[in-house]
Parts: sequence; structure tokens; C-alpha cells
Amino acid sequence: MTEPSKSPKGSWTPRIVAFFCNWCTYTAADLAGVSRMKHASNVRIIRLMCSGRVDPQFVVDALAKGADAVLIGGCHPNDCHYVEGNYKCLRRYQMLQRMIVDMGIEPERLRLEWISAAEGEKVKRVVNAMVETVSKLGPLGLPRKFEQWDEEMEHFAEHVTAKEVAAGACGCSEHGNKPEKMEAAHV
Amino acid sequence: MSKPKVAFYWCASCGGCEETVVDLAEDILGVVEKVDIVLWPVAMDFKYKSIEAMPDKSIVATLLNGAIRTTEQEEMAHLLRRKSVYMIAYGACAHLGGIPALANQFPREQILQFNYETSPSVVNERKTRPQVKFTDNGREPTLPALHNVVRSLDQVVEVDYYVPGCPPTPKLTKVAVTALLENRLPPKGSVIAPDVALCDECPRKATKPINVSFTEFKRPHQVLMDPEKCFLTQGIVCMGPSTRSGCEAACTVGGMPCTGCFGPTSRVRDQGLKIMSSLCANVAPKEEGDINRVLAGIPDPVGTFYRYGLAKSMLRRRVNLPVK
Repeated sequence: MTEPSKSPKGSWTPRIVAFFCNWCTYTAADLAGVSRMKHASNVRIIRLMCSGRVDPQFVVDALAKGADAVLIGGCHPNDCHYVEGNYKCLRRYQMLQRMIVDMGIEPERLRLEWISAAEGEKVKRVVNAMVETVSKLGPLGLPRKFEQWDEEMEHFAEHVTAKEVAAGACGCSEHGNKPEKMEAAHV
Repeated sequence: MSKPKVAFYWCASCGGCEETVVDLAEDILGVVEKVDIVLWPVAMDFKYKSIEAMPDKSIVATLLNGAIRTTEQEEMAHLLRRKSVYMIAYGACAHLGGIPALANQFPREQILQFNYETSPSVVNERKTRPQVKFTDNGREPTLPALHNVVRSLDQVVEVDYYVPGCPPTPKLTKVAVTALLENRLPPKGSVIAPDVALCDECPRKATKPINVSFTEFKRPHQVLMDPEKCFLTQGIVCMGPSTRSGCEAACTVGGMPCTGCFGPTSRVRDQGLKIMSSLCANVAPKEEGDINRVLAGIPDPVGTFYRYGLAKSMLRRRVNLPVK
């Protein structure tokens, strides 16, 4: 997912990862489908049993691996199949919003919506609105950013090796001990 | 037979890790007896040149503390990696980035400007800053350059083992050194500490109710804390549930909540997000405004949840900062 998404014409279009709960929002997305409603094709839906299962690590991992935005969908308040899951999601979401803003990511790139199983039309509306917002923001492009950050270091590693080759030390890659990829440790 | 060679080195760190080595007290004599220390800038006089002259892999282990922040630290990490069989990230900064990695929230220019110009204790009318290179009577002295990004050791070179903590305890240090000398080493990449959460060894664990519920978050200086009750039941942020044990609960025994210096257990990828997830899910209110009022009790989430782990978090650094 690290390559930026391209439309058939070759221009960038947003890629949005959506975490939908099994009982409401995923069923609503299904309803939108069987009702032949059309919405933007930029979302990649991941079905979870409950919005309370959305670990903040999932959201940030999606962004770090190349998603431009994340949409979370759950049952309306009081409607959670597991009674409390959507409230847990809401509380995490409110803190996560603050954290991603502190880390330099626009708050519009994370959205939480309550969509019941009957609201296929709302899935369409929310997805289209989010694609429009994120299109205006432009790509987030974190994988490329992480590479750029490490350029300051890779250049230096080359410089060190060159200096040693000049000094007569073994310059083979085996003795360089440079991880194959600077992000290797960042799995 | 010659004794195995060991090196100690420090990068972006405060010196507390070096202190722990000294805190081995009499036990250090046993270590010194069995090994040959070839580099320890804080305590002994050795030259980098003599390290460069050694054959590759001739040092059994390098214990390196501190984050990697300058070109010199990066160069030394590469050099010591090449000369050592085992590279050991010693302490929270080498392991996770540590306190220095909190600088990953700010642009380099802002950090330099504050430290050399605008800090209240600085008088520098000519706004002089250290230069990487300058000419003086035909000589050209150089200084290391400061990187834009603060890194943990394993983001620069391959690391074999981690000894966690800010600083690591003398006990864990002894375990690591003994394992090394007796060649009873765990799988490569292991963190030399138990793989369970701190709560497991916290004496306050018994007072933790099954359902923790927060109606308010308080900071340690704002309340009189109960010396025996679980911090979470008192509404105080404690990183214990998402932090590895092994420190013998030094802070919670001493009356302060855990701040997370041992890093996450092996099942957690991002320590800060994990504790945030746990604490926030247990906030009592259900309405947006009320939830925000409770969460306002944590005014600096990044500094609180990533006190030691920002460099090793999923985002590593504020993503909209300049690179050059």
C-alpha cells in the first residue's frame, strides 16, 4: 500500500481505510451495495465485530503505511450490540484526534460516524463527503516522508564507507552493517 | 588466553546509564576481572583511532547508551557495530529514543534558536551558533552536525539485545553481563527483562478494581496521593499496564506513577497508543462534551504517553516538520 493511489488517468486520488462494525455500519454498506447506490470507490472497508475493537494502533498504522485518511463507522449511541463498545470507540477517538493533530496530521483525516444498518444512504453520503474533504487536503504520503527523513542518515553512511575505503579498510557491504532498509527495525 | 573485550559508549544521553554501571558497586570488580574494557569515554582514556585499528568483530559486546542524534554518534554506532560481535542498546534512549526523542516534535531550527538565542538563561547578543566547519589560521576544525530526527539505536544499526530502563537497574545489568560472559544468550533481538506488564510486580496491584473508571484525571502535583492504592483508581495516569516489568516497580514503590521507561512488551507495537486506548476506553462519561472535560486532565498526550518512546512509535516524529 506504499505506492500512492492513482486514478486511471494517472492523477492522485485519496485512499481511505474504513473500519466498519459488523452489526451496523458494515451492514449499511452492504445495503448501499444491494440497493445499487453509487459512492466513491476510494474506501477500503475492513469489517470488525465492533467499533470498540478499533485499536488506535490500527488507525495510525493505516496512515503510516500509506492511507490518506481513516473512517470509523459504528452503531448509534445506545444501539451497540455489545452495549458499551461504541462509547469506548468515541472516547478513544476524541483523544486520538488530539494526538494526531499534535503529531502534525490534519484532524479531517480521521472521522467517526454512527451509521445504523438501515442507513445505506448515509454510508454513501459520508464516504463521498470524506473523499471530497481529503481530496482538497491532498496526499498524506507518510511512507515517502519516512524515507526522506532517513536520507540525512543514508548519505552519511555512504560517506563513512567511502572514507574507510579510502583509508584502506574493507569496503564490502557485509562489513557495512547497515540494515538493508533503514526502516527495517520499524516493523 | 586474553580476556573478552567490552566497550561502553554514550550518545545522546544524560549519563544516568553510566551511573548504573558504576552502581554495580563491588560486582563491577567481578566484571572487570573477566573482561578487558577497550572503550569507556566517561571513565577511561582511550582513543577512537585504536578502535578503528582493531580487527572487525574483535570486541565481544558494545553497550551503547543514548539516542542517535548527531553525525558523530551515527559514525560511532557504525564503527562499534562493525567491531563488535554483539551490539547492545543499553537504556531507554538507545532502546526507544528516550527523553531526547521528544525533540521529534519540533523543527531543528526552533531547537537551535531556543538553545542559542531565546532561552531566558542565554546571553548571546551576536547570535553565535556552533558551526559544522570554519577556518582559523589555515586550519579547518569541524564539529558534528545535528540531525533533524532523533533515532533509537536500532534505527541506525542492527542491534542484538536491549537492556531497558531509564536507567537500567544494576540487577538487570548484571543479568545481561552474566548472560554474555557465560554465553547463555536469549534469542537475538530480545529485551533483557520479563515480557509482562509492570502491574505484575507492582505491590499496589491488589487494590486495582476489576472495572477502572475515570471521572477525572489528576496529575501527581495536584493531589495528595494514597501511598498504597493503585494509581489508576486515584485517577492518576500510570503507564504500568502498557510497560514492561523488570524494574521491581521502583517508581510505584517510591510513590510515583510509572512513566513507561521500560518500553512496551513484545505484543505491543506502539506503547503510547496502547495505554491511550486503555485509559480512554475507561473514561466514565458517554457524551462528547463530558468526555472532553475528563480528557482535558491529560494536557500533553504525546509527552505523557510517549515520554520515552516517541522515536520508536509508529509515526516517529511530527509528520509535517521540515527535513532540511
